[in-house]
Amino acid sequence: MDIGYYPGCALHGSSNDYEASVRACMTALGVNLNELEDWICCGASAAHCINHDLATALPARNLGIAEKMNLKSLFAPCPMCSMELKKANDAIQSNAALREKMSEIVETPVTGAVDVVNLIQVFQAVGYETIAQRAVKKLDAFKPACYYGCLLTRPPKTLKFDDPEDPTSMDELLSKLGAQPVEWNCKTVCCGGGLTLCDEDAVAAMTYRVLQNALDSGANCVVVACPMCEVNLDMRQADARKLGLTKDVPIFYLSDLVGIAVGLNAKALDLNRRFVSISDELKGA
Amino acid sequence: MAKIGVFTCWCGENIARNVDVDKVSEAIAKLPGVGCSMNYKYMCSEPGQSLIATKIRELGLTGVVVASCSPHMHLKTFRKTCELAGINPYLIEMANIREQCSWVHSDKEVATAKAIELIGMAVEKVRRNHALQPIRVPVTKRALVIGAGVAGIQAALDVASGGVEVVLVEREPSVGGKMAGLSETFPTLDCSQCILTPRMVEVGQHPNIKLMTYSEVEKVDGYVGNFKVTIRQKARYVDIAKCTGCGSCWNACPKKNKIPNSFDYNLGNRGAIYIPFPQAVPARPTIDPDNCMRLQSMKNGKELCGICAKKCQTNAINFHDEEKFVEVEVGAIIVATGYQLYSIKKEQENPRIKGYAEYGYGKYPDVVDSLQFERIISASGPTGGEPKRPSDGKTPKSVVFIQCVGSRDNAKGITYCSKICCMYTAKHTMLFKHKVHDGTASVFYMDIRSGGKMYDEFVRRAIEQDGAKYYRGRVSKIEQVMVDGERKYRCYGADTLKGTPVVVDADMVVLAGAIMPSSGVTQLAQKLSVGYNEYGFLSESHPKLRPVETNAAGVFVCGACQGPKDIPETVAQASAAAGKALIMLSQPELTREPEIATIDEKLCAACGACVKACPYQAISIEEIRDRKGNFIKKTSRVNPGLCMGCGTCVAVCPSKSADLIGFTDDQVYAQIESLADVF
Repeated sequence: MDIGYYPGCALHGSSNDYEASVRACMTALGVNLNELEDWICCGASAAHCINHDLATALPARNLGIAEKMNLKSLFAPCPMCSMELKKANDAIQSNAALREKMSEIVETPVTGAVDVVNLIQVFQAVGYETIAQRAVKKLDAFKPACYYGCLLTRPPKTLKFDDPEDPTSMDELLSKLGAQPVEWNCKTVCCGGGLTLCDEDAVAAMTYRVLQNALDSGANCVVVACPMCEVNLDMRQADARKLGLTKDVPIFYLSDLVGIAVGLNAKALDLNRRFVSISDELKGA
Repeated sequence: MAKIGVFTCWCGENIARNVDVDKVSEAIAKLPGVGCSMNYKYMCSEPGQSLIATKIRELGLTGVVVASCSPHMHLKTFRKTCELAGINPYLIEMANIREQCSWVHSDKEVATAKAIELIGMAVEKVRRNHALQPIRVPVTKRALVIGAGVAGIQAALDVASGGVEVVLVEREPSVGGKMAGLSETFPTLDCSQCILTPRMVEVGQHPNIKLMTYSEVEKVDGYVGNFKVTIRQKARYVDIAKCTGCGSCWNACPKKNKIPNSFDYNLGNRGAIYIPFPQAVPARPTIDPDNCMRLQSMKNGKELCGICAKKCQTNAINFHDEEKFVEVEVGAIIVATGYQLYSIKKEQENPRIKGYAEYGYGKYPDVVDSLQFERIISASGPTGGEPKRPSDGKTPKSVVFIQCVGSRDNAKGITYCSKICCMYTAKHTMLFKHKVHDGTASVFYMDIRSGGKMYDEFVRRAIEQDGAKYYRGRVSKIEQVMVDGERKYRCYGADTLKGTPVVVDADMVVLAGAIMPSSGVTQLAQKLSVGYNEYGFLSESHPKLRPVETNAAGVFVCGACQGPKDIPETVAQASAAAGKALIMLSQPELTREPEIATIDEKLCAACGACVKACPYQAISIEEIRDRKGNFIKKTSRVNPGLCMGCGTCVAVCPSKSADLIGFTDDQVYAQIESLADVF
């Protein structure tokens, strides 16, 4: 399977372990990632607060590159990127005037013809059954709390992906691979996201709520599909412990668990650089 | 020589504001065939009508055009005026210059020009009108009532007490509907069963009522006054004529108290042979074939169990019972199929409607809907009226009530207000507080809508005397949490009056789900040719002036199948529907509009296109023979009793032999041609 690939800033910076994991996992599943040539910022977190046109133009340029490369679908592992790209794509698709305006601003034709997908949707495209058939290791040591955070399913009108209040797509995949996802309350509760640099106390409290509920619900790890969620849940655990978090909770990307199931090792998935270290058992060793 | 009177109405200001009525009258007076053209402020008023009548007599008018509102509104009025003044009522036409002109245009000059054209068209039509006589049809003096909840019960009793036979059809094993399952009723807190069960007994015993429970309407043929309705009686496996209702069978059933009882919304249990509740009418059991060991074993050629049949003293149990089809002839039909609650859970059948995954309904056992809560606090309910929560049977101390779950929530796809939830939620808080004195009842609401006699006082009483805590705001999420070893439901809400978030740890949550029409109502409506809206609520003929009639002649509606309503309103509407049916059935014969299709049998090639196109099965292919019986040709022929005058056959006829009396091709083309100078 061939697919466009937009890593975004996080995967080339603070969360380059996510990129290692995604790339290793995709290679193992036979998914060929075509990285956009000369991609730029998606505009997330800042542009839409400042300038509406800028917030559309930044992703529009990336979409224009994808169209020029004849890519039918574009995979953005960061949910914030995929949401911004999809929002711009849909707006451009349904509005001829905007289409013209954006094509002029970004100096390349953009029609809004690209199908933007997140990590879970790539797994869905490969097929849960196919992945299960390729699996060489049963994930029976894992009792994951599948954490969707804010942006995988929201805003629902833009994303039209899973149920925004009770998503289950990650749980279904991991169940198929032998894990036992827990029923818990904080699937879509905020991790503290944008406050991570400006209000550490608030983030610690929010992280604590999510992690403690995961533990109370019987989980032995939390699985995410967002670099921001991973950073907050992993990096803030020392602060959460001060608030009463009863023990450390290892944090995985979804691609880590799928990777382990299809036989990748901790090195290939870059599992050795987490703030909360992962036990050998959960590294799939 | 045509001498047509044209009467233009101002409709107060409704028309005159945007149409220059003097200019209209002047222009119309010049048209060929127009004998007089005048305008008046209210043409439908008594002086307006006598103006028309006077001119008919004075000038000997041969036809009349009234230019005013929609014919839906006043065609009947003006036909009567003409008839009284001595000309055939089908020689009058209306030009709609209100809904289709003055209301929708703001430019007076343009609207005036359009009004003149619309009236000109009507003049051309009326010049070609012929005197018609209404079709007279006999009437079967019997009514069918569909649904035996409080609406159907009231309608059936009223019609029957008026001396007319009633067939009352109910799909459940007992009459009573939703009301039979309610606890106490607002605003008087009288027990629902205490006021309903005497009526239920009465319908069971009334000499004029033929009660058919566990039955559904399969097919409806015929027309007003002469319906032929096929009713499917489901297999009950109990002969209710032989059965005495002694109870030996259901008490002996090995599955007793093992199968969820849908009457208790699955909170209580019943057996495989059961009566849904002790006061059921008829007080005769039904066997649930999916759960009966005998009936299941018979599929494999075995005969297991059968204890109920052994216990029965009167041999009433028949394991070989089959569904039966019964045909009844009735003159009028009253639809009273009621409502159900919107299914709150995540998965929805209708793709346009979304569920509330955030409330965990269907996942958390103690998050219930309001009808389930009615059973929990009902003296006849599965807990005997003791408020106990479903998960562990503990008495809840803190209950959160959430209003408008679905209703008025565009994001979920239901835009309307369900009307009764504000009242019954207030009632729920009172009943809960009356039973759990130290309990807390918290209500999250959007607005309190308590219009009605003693209604607002009732809500105030819940707040001021019984101490219900009302928060104006929504709940965004419900989580199941353990607090000190106790299962709680954490409700994250908002108090928008204070501007603060509110978090309540509840033992139980009650969701006031939106009112939706009962399942299957749209299929029934199609059988009856009754309209319905996007949610399936049946359409009345006119929202104000014909609230219980439908556009299908002889079919009436009452109760919540027409829209959300409470018990007093339902009962009033049921009596209204009964009254309308009785008025209709008291006529010696009915008249039908003569504007029906006709076939020119000389031209007809009997191709059958019209037969296939007719939505009312009113056209058939017949043979024409001479006096000696020699075959001449085949032709299509219209049954005037069944034809509704829709004109579909006229549109499809390739030989132009079909035509619609009163709307002939000749008339319609003349109308179009009158606009010729416009094109």
